[in-house]
Amino acid sequence: MVTEPATLVSPVRPAPSRDPAFRGRLAWLAVAMLLMWPLLVLTEFRPWQMLDERSVRVTAHFLAGFLPPALDADFLTVVAHETWRTVAIATAGVSLALLLAVPLALVATAALSVSSLAGRMAAGPFAVRQAARALMVALRTVPELVWALVFVRVVGLGPTSGVLAIGLTYGGMLGKVFAEILESCDAHPTRMLLANGSGRLQAFFYGLLPQAAPELTSYAIYRWECAIRSSVVLGFVGAGGLGQQMDSSLKMLAGNEVATMLLVFIGLVALADTTSAWLRRSLR
Amino acid sequence: MSPDRNVQPIEALPARLFALHARTGWVLLAALALVVASFWSLDLQWSAFGSRSSAAAMARFAAEFFPPETSPPFLRKVALATGETVAMSALGTLLASVFGLLLALPAARTHARALWRIPTRLLLNALRAVPELVWASLMLIAAGLGPMAGTLALALHTTGVLGRLFAEAIENAPPGPAFALRAQGAGSAQVLLYATLPQVAPQLLSYVLYRWENNIRAASILGVVGAGGLGQLLSYHLGLFQMGRTATVLLAMLALVLAVDAASYLARRAMTR
Repeated sequence: MVTEPATLVSPVRPAPSRDPAFRGRLAWLAVAMLLMWPLLVLTEFRPWQMLDERSVRVTAHFLAGFLPPALDADFLTVVAHETWRTVAIATAGVSLALLLAVPLALVATAALSVSSLAGRMAAGPFAVRQAARALMVALRTVPELVWALVFVRVVGLGPTSGVLAIGLTYGGMLGKVFAEILESCDAHPTRMLLANGSGRLQAFFYGLLPQAAPELTSYAIYRWECAIRSSVVLGFVGAGGLGQQMDSSLKMLAGNEVATMLLVFIGLVALADTTSAWLRRSLR
Repeated sequence: MSPDRNVQPIEALPARLFALHARTGWVLLAALALVVASFWSLDLQWSAFGSRSSAAAMARFAAEFFPPETSPPFLRKVALATGETVAMSALGTLLASVFGLLLALPAARTHARALWRIPTRLLLNALRAVPELVWASLMLIAAGLGPMAGTLALALHTTGVLGRLFAEAIENAPPGPAFALRAQGAGSAQVLLYATLPQVAPQLLSYVLYRWENNIRAASILGVVGAGGLGQLLSYHLGLFQMGRTATVLLAMLALVLAVDAASYLARRAMTR
């Protein structure tokens, strides 16, 4: 290699003929491929299986059934009924979740602690707050589908298990986020109220709620939207609604019915999405 | 307003709780009506919880979960299923990030015409609108029972999610470097590879990691329709009323979720520090 004279004002290097980082990129790709191998084995990823004659025939038959979607009046009535039940399960579930989340969030919020006004929080209240947090973690760590599976065993098939599953999981989620929102508020008014002898609930209603109400409502609406999506999924384990209907149509390989329900479902989600976006926008 | 601006009028009320103004009442009323109608129209079986005999049945049911099965062969099976769950989520996310990127290019305003953009966005929306579990039960027909159906389901849904996020990231990339390359006569592919992608790569990676985290959680339950992983084990043993084994699977699931949460928390803290 010839060293450039140091006096050169702007050393113009010739453009490399190819990507200078080429070798490094190739090495990374090779490492990635090597790491991929166990993944492919573990997931039994053999896409060519989908191309064997029998599988293709079944799939083609199922997909051919998609057109035209089932549109007879009887079926549409059933779908409309199940769609309403899906919305109802989500709404009832979120109402239950709110019943659970609001008290838990109030208990867990450290900003409403009277004992911490004078230095450290006392041991008793601290333990209670941690217990409320732990309960919320436990509620939301179990996926709603698992709650639903378990409740289906207890109360049988039907919407009850869906409502309970959404209520418990979403109760944990809403409670956690509500507590976080309340903690992130300006604590000064609350501390003032508490220091001057108001109760915790009074401090909440006049100190925290006015600041946090839009955000709390917005998050609850957003969760309602998620619950609609989730209540369809819960139907697949027998918790009622559109999902349960879709599951039985899938098992009968009735492509036209599945097509109708998928369209209805996408429409429902889009509707919930728009409604929730509109409501949350008007909160700002 | 009083002429003296330093004096606040004493009767000024604090800001309203809701800024919906006149609509507030109506919206609240509608929400209340929806809630009442929901509870009224669903045939909810609260009696299953009210009576003493049912409470006893419930307690018996809960007690059956103890003790969780801990025989070594079963634990090995659960560990394998956990590995399968993680593998499903990783491969699904990987496939989704490849296809998401491929679809994000025509979906982003910077790199394509409307002719391609609109159908691609529709496709991405459709992929995203159908939840993983519904994709999984659709995929069972084509791919058969087992983790491949679950992997494909995760890949399909996540492609929709990542495709849209990627497209937005590409659209929001600063245009300077791309412009500079174009001005030097670089082709469209070169501009993408050497200007746009390096700029957005960290953001794309963070989206991929975020979705992976979600997908581990999703993969653990996809199995209840037969798509492999811990969920399949769960629904199998719950179906046979082998409660001890069910409890073990449940514990493994919770441990996985908590481990993912902790890992993501630590990773986030390490990266933002």
